[in-house]
Amino acid sequence: MSDLHHDPANITNPEHHEHHIVGPSTYLVIYGTLLALTAITVAAAFVEMGALNPIVAVLIAVIKATVVILWFMHMKYQSKLLKLTIGAGVFTFLVLIAMTLSDYMSRAWGLW
Amino acid sequence: MSTIVSLPDQSTAALPKRNYLNAEHGLLSWLLTGDHKRIAMLYLISITGFFFLGGAFAGLVRLELLTPAGDLLAADTYNKMFTMHGIVMIFLFLVPSVPATLGNFLIPIMIGAKDLAFPKINLLSWYLYLVGGTFTLTALVLGGVDTGWTFTTPLSTHYLNTHVITTGLAIFVAGFSSIFTGLNFIVTIHRMRAPGMTWFRMPLFVWSNYAASILMVLGTPVLAIAIVLVVLERTVGLGVFDPSKGGDPLLFQHLFWFYSHPAVYIMILPGMGVISEVIANFSRKRVFGYTAVAFSSVAIAVFGFFVWAHHMFIMGVSNYSALVFSLLTMLVAVPSAIKIFNWSATLYKGSITFETPMLYAFGFIGLFTIGGLTGVFLGSLGMDIHLTETYFIVAHFHFVMVGGMLMAFLAGIHFWWPKMTGRMYPESLSKLAAVTTFIGFILTFFPQFILGYLGMPRRYHAYPADYQVLNVLSTAGATVLGVGYLLPILYLAWSLKYGEIAGSNPWQATGLEWQLQSPPVTENFTEIPYVDYEAYDFEWLAHKQKQEVTTVG
Amino acid sequence: MVVTQPGDLHEEHEHEHVHLPQHRHHFETEEQQREAASFGMWLFLLTEIMFFGGLFMAYLLYRNWYNPAFVAASHTLSIKLGALNTAILITSGFCMAMAVWAAETRKRKALVNFLGLTNFFGIAFLVVKYFEYAEKWHDSHIPGLKFSIADFGKLGVDMAQKTQVYYSLYFAMTGMHALHMIIGIVLIFWYMVRANRGEFTEGYVAPIENFGLYWHFVDIVWIFLFPLLYLIDLGAK
Repeated sequence: MSDLHHDPANITNPEHHEHHIVGPSTYLVIYGTLLALTAITVAAAFVEMGALNPIVAVLIAVIKATVVILWFMHMKYQSKLLKLTIGAGVFTFLVLIAMTLSDYMSRAWGLW
Repeated sequence: MSTIVSLPDQSTAALPKRNYLNAEHGLLSWLLTGDHKRIAMLYLISITGFFFLGGAFAGLVRLELLTPAGDLLAADTYNKMFTMHGIVMIFLFLVPSVPATLGNFLIPIMIGAKDLAFPKINLLSWYLYLVGGTFTLTALVLGGVDTGWTFTTPLSTHYLNTHVITTGLAIFVAGFSSIFTGLNFIVTIHRMRAPGMTWFRMPLFVWSNYAASILMVLGTPVLAIAIVLVVLERTVGLGVFDPSKGGDPLLFQHLFWFYSHPAVYIMILPGMGVISEVIANFSRKRVFGYTAVAFSSVAIAVFGFFVWAHHMFIMGVSNYSALVFSLLTMLVAVPSAIKIFNWSATLYKGSITFETPMLYAFGFIGLFTIGGLTGVFLGSLGMDIHLTETYFIVAHFHFVMVGGMLMAFLAGIHFWWPKMTGRMYPESLSKLAAVTTFIGFILTFFPQFILGYLGMPRRYHAYPADYQVLNVLSTAGATVLGVGYLLPILYLAWSLKYGEIAGSNPWQATGLEWQLQSPPVTENFTEIPYVDYEAYDFEWLAHKQKQEVTTVG
Repeated sequence: MVVTQPGDLHEEHEHEHVHLPQHRHHFETEEQQREAASFGMWLFLLTEIMFFGGLFMAYLLYRNWYNPAFVAASHTLSIKLGALNTAILITSGFCMAMAVWAAETRKRKALVNFLGLTNFFGIAFLVVKYFEYAEKWHDSHIPGLKFSIADFGKLGVDMAQKTQVYYSLYFAMTGMHALHMIIGIVLIFWYMVRANRGEFTEGYVAPIENFGLYWHFVDIVWIFLFPLLYLIDLGAK
């Protein structure tokens, strides 16, 4: 019965991903990375960079989040559909930010 | 009048012995069911109840507006009436109407699945809906809420002592119900399609529900957080939207409309799916430009997230940003027009018959077009300053939501009633209801365009005497409309016991759902179907029926 | 219309077909069921992204409007406790990942132990959070309930009032995060009982896997909250 679901011509069930098991050694490396990045983000906050400070903080957070998503959450080994799903979520969040800011940032331009 | 209806010989016909309705007995078998068809029925009953509740509020609003003086309801009672009308109709009727009833019932069958991906979560979403409904009723019994359905801050957080918190929690919970429905549909459509059921063989009803589901999943949580912050502001005095603490009330508007504009597309897309099915079937033709119609659903969903600030043009948002939002708003007209044009093109050289669902669908096309085009008026910055917060807005969104979604909902209910229950309703009576609804609708809401253009503001319980004639027309229309909505309840209930046996395919339709018995068995398909034909392939159907005749005869 | 599958098709795939008691009849295969569950969980996490997204939007706006108030107010938080909590939560996430691995490799005892560790660190996080909140209460930094601008005299009255927005966001964001943690912790206790009965080490790992996704998501939210709320302009301190 299941072979129909692996029919490549049937887009219903894209080639399913063999269930990939990530092992403890990988997890340990990721764990170390995350702790190191936490230390870096604290250290970076003490350095005066002016407007760059929040940008660096968010960048490091994005890197950490990506690491968690890729390995702890196994996104690295998942199908395209799931990668697209998470992309859709991030995209919609960015739409919310960008379009709302389009109002707030341009409010003070020329008061007519 | 020719007709395509072909019912089995009534003297020998009987309902199938085994079907989802009689698979199990007793109230508990319904309340604990995992079957998507039964859940659809539970939803149908509950949303109908809330529809008539919301209708009662509307009736009181129209009665008050019969005379210029505020003589029936006090000003604040009137505010509660239109608020409760809005909240009940939007959150408890329109949002779940087509997806949670027809969508629940049909999507698995249309794509050849035995059930939705998560039956238990599907049942949970109905219970969440009930909890949301119960909270709303609680707020109502305790004395109502009068913020308007938009919970505008700081009015809702500082200046009212009505039941904003209870209602807010109701919306929060009902929102989760909507999220779970959408999530279930997306997973089902991606993962549960039968072999051979490719994306472009799916009925357009499935496409449009897919698009609406995306909006439900991505939009609703933003409303949830906005409502939570409002509730926290009222209870403990948090200061995110509170100007006295440094918050910005407009931020609430941004968050609220970020969901509530996509929400109006949640309230129309599934209806458009119904119309696609009905138009194709009663013209006996494949929908013209199937791919364009399918993608236009998704396009509407995507554009839906880019236009929300057009609800805020007069609230002090930046002119530059308003300009951008205005232009983007105009863009939504494109996919909507693609649908209307393609449905019209489907009719061209089709063998059109005028059964009840088709009458509703025609009503939809006319009313939705008017509603959509007035939306373009309102999307233009200059016009909006004059027309916003007048009855023009009220007429515009009622044309889209009631003239659109409600017409489509009734079209769908009439179209799939024989599939859901196995019985037909009295055709002549239902045609009368469709026509009554249409006439009543035009009479109710067309005068409101004129009223709005003349400058009558929304949400006032009294108005200058000059406006009375049009208001009387509108109230008269509302009465006709009420009759139009009561009729289906009566004859559909009657048909449950006395209707003619419908047989598996009374409309000679092509969808997978029509190849099953009516009502279907609990697991839908005894064998997994293998799909090897396109959607709306009437030639395939004719060929199949010929085969059947030769084998039987 | 309804045809059974053509007979010439046969098993091409070599993976084992266990028949689990948890297999739901409406799925063709366990494979399909597992992938559907995982997809559903990710979609739920999308709703969570948008839910917290509204709060992050508010943060972005007010941080730009009232930067001095944000700087001053964030300096009343303890970096030590924040960093400690971040480490605790990352550790908890690591244990959760190991729990998923234990379920996949069918190690019942290890699974129960790792779930227990996950929960231990989760609870530790909340305990630290409680002390932080208590300190805010003591210093009257709770908008709406117990607030005074006494600590922010040098900002000027107007900007000092705006620290309420910072604290509102601080409590809204960390509170929502803590609520998600509490829900997670309750669930873990339930999963530990079931894991102890051996439910998830016979090939049925979906619940553990999907709960792991949830737990990691909550971690990710904190990964953003920590720098945004605690680490503002420390060089100027």
